[in-house]
Amino acid sequence: MTSHETYLLNRAKLADSHTLEVARADGAYGALRKVFETSMSPEDVVEEVKKSGLRGRGGAGFPTGLKWSFMPNHESDSRTRYMAVNADESEPGTCKDRVLLREDPHCLIEGCLIAAFAMRLDAVYVYVRGEYRLPYDRMQAALDEARAAGILGDNILGSGFSCEIHMHKGAGAYICGEETGLMESLEGKRGHPRPKPPFPASFGLWGQPTTVNNVESIFNVPFILDRGADWFRTLGTESSPGNFLCGISGHVERPGVYEVPLGISARAIVEDLAGGIWKGRSLKAWFPGGSSTGVLPADMLDTPMDHDSVKAAGSMFGTGAMIILDETASVVRSALVLARFYEHESCGQCSQCREGTEWLEQIVDRMLSGQGKAGDVQLLTDLSNGMTPGKTICALSDAAAIPMLAAIKHFRSEFEACIPTTAEALV
Amino acid sequence: MALTAALKAEFDELCKKYPERRAGLIPALHRCQEELGGWISPETITDCAEYFKLEPVEVYSVASFYPMFFLSPVGQHVVSVCRNISCDLRGAGEIINAAKEHTGAACGESSEDGHFYLEQVECQGACTNAPMMVVDGKYHEDLEPADVARILGETR
Ligand SMILES: Cc1cc2nc3c(=O)[nH]c(=O)nc-3n(C[C@H](O)[C@H](O)[C@H](O)COP(=O)(O)O)c2cc1C
Ligand code: SF4
Ligand code: FES
Repeated sequence: MTSHETYLLNRAKLADSHTLEVARADGAYGALRKVFETSMSPEDVVEEVKKSGLRGRGGAGFPTGLKWSFMPNHESDSRTRYMAVNADESEPGTCKDRVLLREDPHCLIEGCLIAAFAMRLDAVYVYVRGEYRLPYDRMQAALDEARAAGILGDNILGSGFSCEIHMHKGAGAYICGEETGLMESLEGKRGHPRPKPPFPASFGLWGQPTTVNNVESIFNVPFILDRGADWFRTLGTESSPGNFLCGISGHVERPGVYEVPLGISARAIVEDLAGGIWKGRSLKAWFPGGSSTGVLPADMLDTPMDHDSVKAAGSMFGTGAMIILDETASVVRSALVLARFYEHESCGQCSQCREGTEWLEQIVDRMLSGQGKAGDVQLLTDLSNGMTPGKTICALSDAAAIPMLAAIKHFRSEFEACIPTTAEALV
Repeated sequence: MALTAALKAEFDELCKKYPERRAGLIPALHRCQEELGGWISPETITDCAEYFKLEPVEVYSVASFYPMFFLSPVGQHVVSVCRNISCDLRGAGEIINAAKEHTGAACGESSEDGHFYLEQVECQGACTNAPMMVVDGKYHEDLEPADVARILGETR
C-alpha cells in the first residue's frame, strides 16, 4: 500500500467541510491572515509561489508563479486587473475540480484572495460549467458566508486590501475551458477562442490584464503560503512538486479521485489505490491525463505520473485523469467515442479542426461498421498530422489529433483488423 | 413580453457583477429557460435582446452555441445520459437503452405524452462514478441499468 503525506483532501473528509465554521476550525484563512500579518508584499507572494515550482493543474502544466509574474506592472499600467478561475472541467475523464468546489470551497476562496493580493486584482470570476449545480451552489454559499465574516469585499480581515469574487455559470461547451474561449464566454459571447498573442496578461477579460488558472492550481496556493515553498518541494519531483488529484476511471475495481504525489508510478495508482483492473482481467491500455493525452499500452504502466516522465513516455500528463481500458475493450471504439466528442465540441473557426474532426469521426465510424477501406489507417494518420501541431487558433485540434495518432501507433493492428480484406469485401 | 418583472429585477442584480451588461446574458438565459417553459423561445430571444441592448440575432447566435439551451420545446423532464469514454467503458450503452425503453423516446426527442425529453450528452465531469445520467439537473451516478426505471419513475 502506498502511504504519503496529503493536504488537498484532508479537510474534505470532515463532516460539513464546506461550511465556514468547519473550515475555519480546520485552519481556513490562516494562510491569508499570515500574508497580511507578516507584511508580505504582493511581489513576495508571487516569489514564494514561483519558488514552490507549482505547475498548473488545468492540463498544460505551466508554472503558476511565472504566469502570475506576466501581469503588467501596476505602476505603469493602471487598467482593471482580473483573474478567471477555470472550473469548466469538461475534459473527458476529469472530475477533480468538482470535488474541491463541493467539499472545500473556502480553500478555493482563500487561494483566490491570496492570488488577488499577489497580482493586485480588482475582481475574480469563477467560471463553473453549467451542469455543476451543487458545486456552484456550495461555492456561492461559501462566498456569502465569507462576505458576512469580513473575508470578502472591502477591507478583507481589516488588512486594507479589497477584492470581489463572482460566480459565473457556463452552458455546456467544452471549448469554454480553453482560456480565451472562456473569456469570450464570460463576456456573454460564443466561446470562440482568440488568436494568441495578445496573451491574457495583456489583453484578457474586456481587454484588461487577466490571469486564467485552474481550480486545483489555486487550491494549492494557501498550503504553499502557510507551510512554505520548501515544504511544498518535499512532495512530488524536482520539476513537478506537490500532490495532485488523480481521477481514475474506466475498468478498475475502485474508480475515484485520489490525492497522490507527482511522480508516483501509474501502476501504484491502478493497483494499490484503485484496486487493480476490474473483474480479474488484465490491462490493455491507459490514458494518463484525460482524453486529450495519447493512449499508452499496458507495458508502460510503470511510468511515473509527472509532467516530464509522461512526456518522455510519448504522451502528456494533462489533467492527471487516468482512463483505464481492460483487455476486452476496443481501442478503436474509444477512438470513435473521442472523435465524435471533438467533432461535437470544435467551435468551427479553423478549417483543419472543423473538417478534420468530422473526417476522423466518419472514417473511424465506417471502420467500426465494417465499411473500412484499404488505406483508411493511413488516411487517419495523414489527416491527424494535418491538424497538429500548432496549426490552429487553439489546442482543441491537437487534442483531437494526438490521441488518434497515439492509438494508431500503439494499436495499429486493431485498426487494421477493422478493414475487410479484399476477399471479404468482394463477398 | 415574456420576461417578468421579477426576472428583470434579478437580471439588474446579476449584471452588477460585470463591467459590461452583456456578460450577464448566459446566466440570464439559464434563468429564462428555468422559468419560461424549459426552452428559449423566439419571444425570450427578442425580450433578452431588448434587455441586453443587443440584436435578436446576437442573442440567438449565443443561445445556439451552447448545448444546455433548447431552442425548441422539450418534454417536461429532461433526461441526459452521458456517452463519453469513462461512461462508455462502464456500460453507458445499457443505460441509454434502459432510458429509451422507459421513456419511449428516441435520443434527441421527447416522449409522446411530453413527459420526458431524452438526450445523450458528452462528459458531465462525473467520470469516476460512471455510468451516469442527469435528470432535471440532478446527477445520478454509479448507475446500474435497473436503477433507470426507478429514478425516472420518481418524476411521475
Ligand atoms: C480545448 C481545451 C479545453 C480546456 N479545458 C479546460 C478546463 O476545462 N479546465 C481547465 O482548467 N483548463 C482547461 N484547458 C486549459 C486552459 O486553456 C488553461 O491552460 C488552464 O485553465 C490554465 O490554468 P493552469 O495554468 O492553472 O493549469 C483547456 C484547454 C483546451 C485547449
Ligand atoms: S482549433 Fe478547433 S476549437 Fe480551437 S479555435 Fe480552431 S476550430 Fe475552434
Ligand atoms: S465520461 Fe461520463 S461523466 Fe465523464
